[in-house]
Amino acid sequence: MIWRAVAIMLCLFVLQPTAAHAVEPDEILKDPLLEQRARGISKELRCLVCRNESIDDSSADLARDLRLLVRERLLAGDTDQQVIDFVVERYGEFVLLRPVFSWKNAVLWAAGPLIFLLGLFAAIAFIRKRPATGPQPLSKEEEQRLNALLKD
Amino acid sequence: MAFAVAIFQSIIPMVGAQRRWSDWMHVAGPTALIQFALVSVAFAALVYSFIISDFSVALVANHSHSLKPMIYKVTGTWGNHEGSMLLWVLILSLFGGMVGLFGRDLPVSLKARTLAVQAMIGVAFIAFILFTSNPFERLLPAPPDGGDLNPLLQDIGLAIHPPFLYLGYVGLSVSFSFAVAALLEGRVDAAWARWVRPWTLLAWVCLTIGIALGSYWAYYELGWGGWWFWDPVENASFMPWLIAAALLHSAIVVEKRSSLKAWTILLAILAFSLSLMGTFIVRSGVLTSVHAFATDPDRGAFILAILFVAVVGSLTLFAWRAPIMRSEGVFQPISREGALVMNNLLLAVGCAVVFVGTLAPLAREFLDGEKISVGAPFFDLAFTPFMVMLFVILPLGALMPWKRADGGKIMGRLYWAAAGSLSIGGAVYGFQEGKGLLAPVGLALAAWLMLGVLVELWERGGFAKAGAVTGFRRLGGLPRSDWGKAVAHSGLGLMVMGIAAISAWEIEDIRLARPGDVIPLGPYEVRFMGVERLPIGAPFESAGCAMPSNTVKAGSQRNFETTIGRFELRSRGELQRILCSEKRFYPVQRMPTTEAAIDPGFLRDVYIVLGEIGQDGAWAVRSYLKPLANWIWIGALVMSIGGLISLTDRRYRIGAVRSKRIAAVPAE
Repeated sequence: MIWRAVAIMLCLFVLQPTAAHAVEPDEILKDPLLEQRARGISKELRCLVCRNESIDDSSADLARDLRLLVRERLLAGDTDQQVIDFVVERYGEFVLLRPVFSWKNAVLWAAGPLIFLLGLFAAIAFIRKRPATGPQPLSKEEEQRLNALLKD
Repeated sequence: MAFAVAIFQSIIPMVGAQRRWSDWMHVAGPTALIQFALVSVAFAALVYSFIISDFSVALVANHSHSLKPMIYKVTGTWGNHEGSMLLWVLILSLFGGMVGLFGRDLPVSLKARTLAVQAMIGVAFIAFILFTSNPFERLLPAPPDGGDLNPLLQDIGLAIHPPFLYLGYVGLSVSFSFAVAALLEGRVDAAWARWVRPWTLLAWVCLTIGIALGSYWAYYELGWGGWWFWDPVENASFMPWLIAAALLHSAIVVEKRSSLKAWTILLAILAFSLSLMGTFIVRSGVLTSVHAFATDPDRGAFILAILFVAVVGSLTLFAWRAPIMRSEGVFQPISREGALVMNNLLLAVGCAVVFVGTLAPLAREFLDGEKISVGAPFFDLAFTPFMVMLFVILPLGALMPWKRADGGKIMGRLYWAAAGSLSIGGAVYGFQEGKGLLAPVGLALAAWLMLGVLVELWERGGFAKAGAVTGFRRLGGLPRSDWGKAVAHSGLGLMVMGIAAISAWEIEDIRLARPGDVIPLGPYEVRFMGVERLPIGAPFESAGCAMPSNTVKAGSQRNFETTIGRFELRSRGELQRILCSEKRFYPVQRMPTTEAAIDPGFLRDVYIVLGEIGQDGAWAVRSYLKPLANWIWIGALVMSIGGLISLTDRRYRIGAVRSKRIAAVPAE
């Protein structure tokens, strides 16, 4: 916890949101397929000391360490999911840029579809309530007013 | 100078007080103008102290520097918290003044109420400036030189980005004021919709331009060519944009069909509330983000209070008065209005997803103390589907007549557009040899949007029956708002195309390079020529560095030291351009920045970034080929042009009130 607090302080005061020099040439794996997987994973992981940057975009040292870690695990033969699980185990859910599907995140994930369905029902109810046929015939009073207007 | 400033300070609250009288209806217009005049004077004074580098003003001392180029001295006025809030209020009073000036034909009570609401917002924000962030605070004795502006902000794109964004944010305050006034009046009709729409349109256009500028700035300045990060600050501007877009469309329904009234009012309230929330997010720094240049809890609390009063107040009023708004007329699901309901629903849901995603980390931390991150991968997954649905129904809805439409007939009319876009998608899929569905689907959607517009124009002109001459003449006679719609929708298509292409087909090359090395990049070769270091003030020969405007010019005054890497861009061995990428260091703020070398093109951008030097003397070089990159911003620009065209429509001409529907506007 303390380490994380320090990291965040560091991020706020030392590291400026600047010129990102993301993946360095010396990190790139020889196998292009493996490297592609590494990049894909990197885009899902947050640079912990940065402001809302993935480790793929960040120039921070920690991001580099994580990128190297991801590649190390991939070379060791882990699947993408295993690599991500490994990193989450070490750094917590905070590291995931795409939160897991869980009950705690239910609101987050369900909000869009749920609101959409609710809105759809509301719209259907609204349309149902409206008369589908033409306007009601004018009342006597309205007819008189119309006639009065037409005479003007 | 100090004296003058003090006078302005004492005047501003008086303005606020003056404006509170505006219930005396006719006072409202002139006071709005007076308020605008006074705030402009205060703002002009601040700009002046930046220009002459008066470091006895604390704000200037903290955020300016005598060596800074003149343009950034001026724009530095709003490159900080206090100045930007003053700009906010300036624009607020500008809109108030404009309503006062152009709104002559508004019913007196509606106008007075609108301006009174506008004034209340003004009072709140002027108080905010005076109590928590006085831009004219003195610093005695004056320091010899200033602390300089954050170098990332010393850039022309970002210099004009905040004013546009604020024009958008604050422009929505007019819609909000109109909505609240209408609630007080208890009357919403076609005329009201016609008065509100131009203001919303104007705000939306400015917001579009502002967001596009911000995105373009991120693209060339942050150094890896990303253009949208789903960052809280970006989301803060995107949410009002989505709701404003929904409001634009629902106001049409109110105008033409006298329906959806309560919903439209609600949208107007939401749009401005989200603008306020955007201001809160940016100004309080409550959500850490790449852009949080300002952080201060007191200020956050103050804006939160304003936000709370505005939202709770207006929503209470809404709950109380909304039942009065009765919709009239028939409503069929398959009709223009039905399609616009879907448009509103999808835009609102999109906004809700962004809202939940932006605030979820805060909520989770508040509720159970756990920290989570919500980033681009979430939004790509949760937001995009709704936009895809929106784009699919857009051409269908645009072709439907009001009241009642025949779904089968519409499909028949769009047959060619559907076939065309599907075959484009298929061709792309075959051509790119199994690179995933992103590009084919994205490009097919974009084609669907644009072909839909063409079909609509084709039919409106009646080319099939009447031939080309009559067709074009009829098109010329279309109301401007129809042209605006066509242009804005095709702008959206262009943007979707750019987004799909850049996301799916970007080519990237990262390597260590020595001078003389050649980097293959798609159909191009990039030859690394070498690196040159320039201390502050050293003469610089540009030597044919054809560059975007932000690179150092020969002999120009500089407040930074720089390292310039030169690259030859060659195509089939032939030299196309020399590109220069810079690594700058701003000594006053002790901060490095990167200037990417970009060769912008219609079909692709070549984007090169010079990185660090390694131990063995080789440089890290990143080269990118970004297909259709410019289409994203061109699309946004076309969309805002569409909005502007629509704004010039006779029916919406500001203040012009026509009770008669104008069937066809004669060509000029």
